[in-house]
Amino acid sequence: MTRRRSLLQAAAGGLLLAGANRFAPLAAAELPAGTIESERLETLPGKQPLLKRSFRPPNYESPLSYLSEAMTPNERFFVRWHLANIPVIDVASWRLAIDGDAAERPFDLTMERLREEFDPVELVAVCQCAGNRRGLTDPHVPGVEWGNGAVGNARWKGVRLKDILARAGLRREAVEVAFNGADGPVLEATPNFVKSLPISKALEENTLVAYEMNGAPLPHWNGFPARLIVPGWAGTYWVKQVVSIGALTQPLKNFWMTTAYRLPKGRYPSVDRFLSQESETTTPITEIDVTSVITNISEGSRFRVGTPILVKGIAWDPGFGISRVEVSVDEGGTWRAAQLGADLGRFSFRTWQFAFTARSKGAATVSSRAINARGMTQTETWIANPAGYHNNVIERIGIQIA
Amino acid sequence: MKTRVSTAAAAAFGLACVASAGADETSIRLKDGPELASVNAYCSICHSTDYIEMNSRFLERAAWEAEVTKMIKIMGAPIPDSDVPRIVDYLIRNYGVE
Repeated sequence: MTRRRSLLQAAAGGLLLAGANRFAPLAAAELPAGTIESERLETLPGKQPLLKRSFRPPNYESPLSYLSEAMTPNERFFVRWHLANIPVIDVASWRLAIDGDAAERPFDLTMERLREEFDPVELVAVCQCAGNRRGLTDPHVPGVEWGNGAVGNARWKGVRLKDILARAGLRREAVEVAFNGADGPVLEATPNFVKSLPISKALEENTLVAYEMNGAPLPHWNGFPARLIVPGWAGTYWVKQVVSIGALTQPLKNFWMTTAYRLPKGRYPSVDRFLSQESETTTPITEIDVTSVITNISEGSRFRVGTPILVKGIAWDPGFGISRVEVSVDEGGTWRAAQLGADLGRFSFRTWQFAFTARSKGAATVSSRAINARGMTQTETWIANPAGYHNNVIERIGIQIA
Repeated sequence: MKTRVSTAAAAAFGLACVASAGADETSIRLKDGPELASVNAYCSICHSTDYIEMNSRFLERAAWEAEVTKMIKIMGAPIPDSDVPRIVDYLIRNYGVE
């Protein structure tokens, strides 16, 4: 923190271009010291090295370099589990039960029938943990102390949840649809991880039960043989190893719905609300944030004066689509448009790049901000909440021009 | 909706349980102290103890107490009341801020 702050102060001392709306001085984003000390690159079976946050349950994030491309390969995709009892599933004996008190005709599916009896759908979508960048919040809050890498973008193939529910015959009283995975707690007393969606989201055409990721079966670590895909919504709803889907006439009540994954009401620019789960004071997290990340420049990098400097990164939003990405090299005083890469769909990462030439020596900072089709953008300071969600604060990466 | 699928499903669907992640949590070295045996015994029933290192050092006493209470009251950790103050003291001393 001190190192980057001193750079900021040096920068404020007069190196930079004049700008009317510079950032307020702030402590820069850094992981807790203990997080950095316990971090290491570890290779899970079938994966490339990932940054270990916890061994058990397994929580591993992608190093920033893995996020430099629009699509995240399966072996580079982050891993996040709540409970440590994670079975290895034999797909031949796997069954998906569709039931619940709002289902007229409960039934079971095998993988073969799931693939053959429903129309396949493919889409590209970002999966982001609700707590991505929790470790970079100020102040720090307890939890898995993620850096930037609890996020990835993949092409998912599966079937529409609404098609599965239609076969079960939804009663008009259905308010939510609940999902349970085969994973479970170590102790009987620990709340099992079961999540629900509002019926409106469950019936959206982009909500899928997916069995392929980037053209291959889902990796074990990412939910083999089938998982929920809820484009635009936080990863907490993307239930892995799904074994039951329950249509419910009453809101689901459990720790993971009524206590965890909650935000103070009315403080965030959420468009999709989850009304059946709202309380007097809190609301479930729904959408992910408009975010951009610089993927090719790290803190303290050195560049030559008078030589073009290329800044590269990715941007994403909850599904309205990225309209533009802007870069500032003067503490937010002036912003210039970056060049956007190919549009792979409104739920996808969008790559971008920006070139500039530093005209004087000394310290500088590089920042980016994404703006989506609704005009939503990133914040300059974190809107604090107890669980450390919604951190889409504009990055400030200190560099040296020599 | 069956909310308790773990044991039943494992039996019914023939799922094979694996012990843990492939990487090695025995490499974790928590700070020494007379309470370390208790910390290892109780905390590592459900999770590797790198969770403790990862969440340091920024939690004050009330916050570490809240974490231990959450583990007992919500997650069902079988920690006797008599051991709680010692465990919290250890966490504050080694992984917290006074």
